[in-house]
Amino acid sequence: MSDPIVRAAGLTRTVELPDAEPLRILRGVDLEVAVGDHVSIMGRSGSGKSTLLNILGLLDAPTDGTLEFDGVPLQRMSAGRRDRTRGRNVGFVFQQFNLLPGRTALENVEMPLLYDGGRSFWRRRTLAAEMLERVGLGARLEQMPDRLSGGEQQRVAIARALIRSPRLILADEPTGALDVETGAVIMDLLDHIATQAGAALITITHDPHVAARAQRAYRLADGVLHETSPVLEPAAAGGVA
Amino acid sequence: MSALTSVAGSLAEAWQELRVHRLRVLLSLVVVAVSVAAFTAVVALGQMLSQGFQEQMERGGGRPALISLTAYDAGADPSGAPKTPDGTALDAAFQRTTERFGVEWTSRVAWLDAQLPGGGFAGMQAVDPDFGVMRRVPIVQGRWFTDADADRLVPAVVISENWWKSLGSPAMAAHPTVELSLSTWAPDGTQTAPVQAEAVVVGVTTSTDGPDSYAGYVIYEDIVAIAGPTISANADRQAWIPLEGADELMEALRVSFGSSLSSGMQAEAYRTDYVFQQEQGYDPFGPMFLVLGGIASLILALGGLSLLNITLVTVRHRIREIGVRRSFGATGARVFISVMLESVVATVIAGGIGIVVVILGLRLPIVTETIFMGLQEPPAFPMSAAITGLLVSAGVGALAGLVPALVAVRVRPIDAIRY
Repeated sequence: MSDPIVRAAGLTRTVELPDAEPLRILRGVDLEVAVGDHVSIMGRSGSGKSTLLNILGLLDAPTDGTLEFDGVPLQRMSAGRRDRTRGRNVGFVFQQFNLLPGRTALENVEMPLLYDGGRSFWRRRTLAAEMLERVGLGARLEQMPDRLSGGEQQRVAIARALIRSPRLILADEPTGALDVETGAVIMDLLDHIATQAGAALITITHDPHVAARAQRAYRLADGVLHETSPVLEPAAAGGVA
Repeated sequence: MSALTSVAGSLAEAWQELRVHRLRVLLSLVVVAVSVAAFTAVVALGQMLSQGFQEQMERGGGRPALISLTAYDAGADPSGAPKTPDGTALDAAFQRTTERFGVEWTSRVAWLDAQLPGGGFAGMQAVDPDFGVMRRVPIVQGRWFTDADADRLVPAVVISENWWKSLGSPAMAAHPTVELSLSTWAPDGTQTAPVQAEAVVVGVTTSTDGPDSYAGYVIYEDIVAIAGPTISANADRQAWIPLEGADELMEALRVSFGSSLSSGMQAEAYRTDYVFQQEQGYDPFGPMFLVLGGIASLILALGGLSLLNITLVTVRHRIREIGVRRSFGATGARVFISVMLESVVATVIAGGIGIVVVILGLRLPIVTETIFMGLQEPPAFPMSAAITGLLVSAGVGALAGLVPALVAVRVRPIDAIRY
């Protein structure tokens, strides 16, 4: 395995509650992800999957434990540097797409390049158009999100996540809002583009079919991360969660 | 990221936001445009009215810097009565002094009473032709005196509008005449014997007093020729000098004037213009600017609060969007600048529109004719008011954007995405 992009060791995340015991969402999570890895993390709703993803994507900070991004401990990063590192290296794909309303597909995809410097910033429209072409939406550049189907919206979201050539793609239930067939197509696309770009892909899901696509699979239960087999178990193969 | 791309990116983002949130922008535009227009109009009107007042004050006290040179005999008369100075000598000394210092605009001023044939009196001033410029005497019919008027066989007179109307408003081309019975005052305060004169009306000026209070101007030299040198003994001598270094020049003129007179005569000089009054601590425009400034600030504060309200509501609606932007690399500073810029860009555009509306509105003939009626030089729209309006609109935008920008920065990205 090449040098990890993210290395988490003993991550815990606790939330203080006003009239109750503190809620321990993550309890000593260890995880290493390197370039080219495809990792899936499964778990029930409320198991802490999204919290882990947010910490790995530098959107949230652990209560305890260490997190290194590209070998730099999170504690040594200022807020601004964390934001810039996230912008340069991490691409998010959300369950609800989170496209910016009122902006065309093209404007949504070029948005991350507004925070980039140099040539990419000035060529953002061209780059965004090329990226949309790659996800099969070359003919729908000027469409508003509300005029696109769920699958198309998620394609736009994938194009947006990849526009800055991130080294880590974090997909939070990417097929959660799609039907089975469209979900499969989207996952094919995501896998293909991530492989082509040489980026690491971490997919959060509770769908065993989606999890089975990964090289490594984990299950998060009660805040503890266990490595499992990525192969689809016969019990799960019959239906989609 | 380079500073250039950062600025360009922030502007692009702000512009995109404005384009997307058209309705809100339109509301902001209306609110800001109206308040900036009101602010600019008040500031501009204040400045324009002060120019108008300035012209009025220049009629009363002369254009800055206007000085008055007088002289009196310091020695006591054996009878105890004030000595009568030699008016002719005073005029000669005044002429020598002003010529020596290259003062171009001078006038002697003497006051007379004119009894009119139909009964009633007119307050007359005997002046030199320069007086019209030095005191901005407004002419509504005909013209002011020229140097050639002194050579007329019949004295020329400029009369007040109400006097002219009492004559039946005759055309100047018909060379209307008036019969005057003129008398003046000796230094001891007694009225001199009246002298009869017929004068031809060459111009009509505005009436300054009540409808039955007539006034007029005659040429100083004509009156000296008619009434004798007594009039010059009691006359005032005025000069319009450059404002810069006025006090030094005034003192030099006083000394020179005094040294040109016979021994025992004391020369005095003083300024009568409004600028001198301001220098002495009396600002005639101060209260007006205070009131107008208060009104303008109130209007602006109301506009700013409305804008703040709209912007705050918008930021609350945009929390998820801000979270998404943060997740794609927007730093806290960048979000702050974008929200601020959005507000500033909107208010500057709106302010610009408001200012253009005010400029066009104040140029309408109906407005200028109503507000600046009777002024020799109707004031132009002051560019400083436009620049102030633009700066103020940017300032209001920045202030109204500050609170929402702080709210936007404080939002945690993960909370914002789930919002």
